[in-house]
Amino acid sequence: MPETPKREHFEQSVLPHLDAAYNLARWLTRNEQDAQDVTQEACLRAFRFFEGYQGGNMRAWFLTIVRNTCYTWLSQNRSPGTNEEFNEEIHSTEDSGGASPELQALAGADRETLRRALEELPDVFREVLVLREIEGMSYKEIAEVSSVSLGTVMSRLARARTRLRQALGAAMGKES
Amino acid sequence: MSCDLTERYVSGYLDGELDLVRTIEVEAHLKTCADCARELEQQQALREALRRSSLAYAAPAALRNRIQASLDAASAPATRTPEKASVWQGMQIWRWAAAFAVLVLCSVTAWQLLPGLRAPSQNQRLAAEVFASHVRSLEANHLMDVVSTDQHTVKPWFDGKLDFSPPVEDFASDGFPLVGGRLDYLEGREVAALVYQRRKHYINLFVWPDASGSRAAPAMQSQQGYNLLRWSQGGFHFWAASDVSAPDLAEFVRLLQARLSPESK
Repeated sequence: MPETPKREHFEQSVLPHLDAAYNLARWLTRNEQDAQDVTQEACLRAFRFFEGYQGGNMRAWFLTIVRNTCYTWLSQNRSPGTNEEFNEEIHSTEDSGGASPELQALAGADRETLRRALEELPDVFREVLVLREIEGMSYKEIAEVSSVSLGTVMSRLARARTRLRQALGAAMGKES
Repeated sequence: MSCDLTERYVSGYLDGELDLVRTIEVEAHLKTCADCARELEQQQALREALRRSSLAYAAPAALRNRIQASLDAASAPATRTPEKASVWQGMQIWRWAAAFAVLVLCSVTAWQLLPGLRAPSQNQRLAAEVFASHVRSLEANHLMDVVSTDQHTVKPWFDGKLDFSPPVEDFASDGFPLVGGRLDYLEGREVAALVYQRRKHYINLFVWPDASGSRAAPAMQSQQGYNLLRWSQGGFHFWAASDVSAPDLAEFVRLLQARLSPESK
């Protein structure tokens, strides 16, 4: 592919998803500067691999690259001990632990409380909630981006929602 | 449906991602079970709180500028050092012209007398393309567009996507199972890429029509730790690329050649 049409085509088809890319990177790295670096790196990788893209869902294709770039970056830069390797099966037993907040409390949760609770979830749960609730992706798209089966998307999302509710319950319990 | 099952499916129900049968089962259960109905209400309230809070981060303008600049750098053609006019003015231009003419004459003679010289450069360039495609397919998580071990699924997948129908064979019983395929781009045209597996390694087999219809014996070369094997047969060009050992790749190609040769049909 000659460079100029490739560049134009790339800008028209990939860059409209830049906000989605940055949003995912921002939630996964939890830091503005890192999110910018990762997004830029992911854009360059997408540009290099652009000839390899053969149709299909462009946003999912691009976010797959962003996600992989994020995790590569995190594995190289995350200080040991923070948000360590997460095992869904082991940790899932905690789900039945904390109490869910009351319905009214949930409905009244403010943005900052929600943001903090979401930010503190383990990577896999934060990732699936961001893709579903913020980006509004279908299970099929999430499965493509996260390289997991549809069944895993569904069970991960169910656990992620339970965990987030518990975290909110704990946060609001502290406040009152 | 029991409460356990509803707990598992209520998230999918909320997202409208269940099939019809499950949806009906969940709805029937929700009508009779207050606990599960409450669970659904809670999930809905959580979703509404998340949506209401506009938690999306937008890409800052500075980032957009940075990306444009890095794309400029990435898409700029390799810059040549500009010729200095003074060099041409100062030198005796005719001596250069004569030297150039001799060079052209030699090149043309060599080109015509030794057709063998032409092939390597073309194959070297193609080898670099094949190598790049192989590595990219593994790195970009984009190895396969059609994932199937069934040649009768993979072959029809290419219909309408290519202007030719590539031969698709499976060698699972010989330790080289077909695992899928995708479209790729080589030599300025769309080609079929078939993906085979050898234990934990992948083999990319690139196929496209050969107008000359000639038969060329396999030639092996290696590039940065990968083995590439090319040949022509039955009106197709083939390039196989992989990090499997050279003998393994040669074995794979031998099997494929045998399967495709008219005598075996």
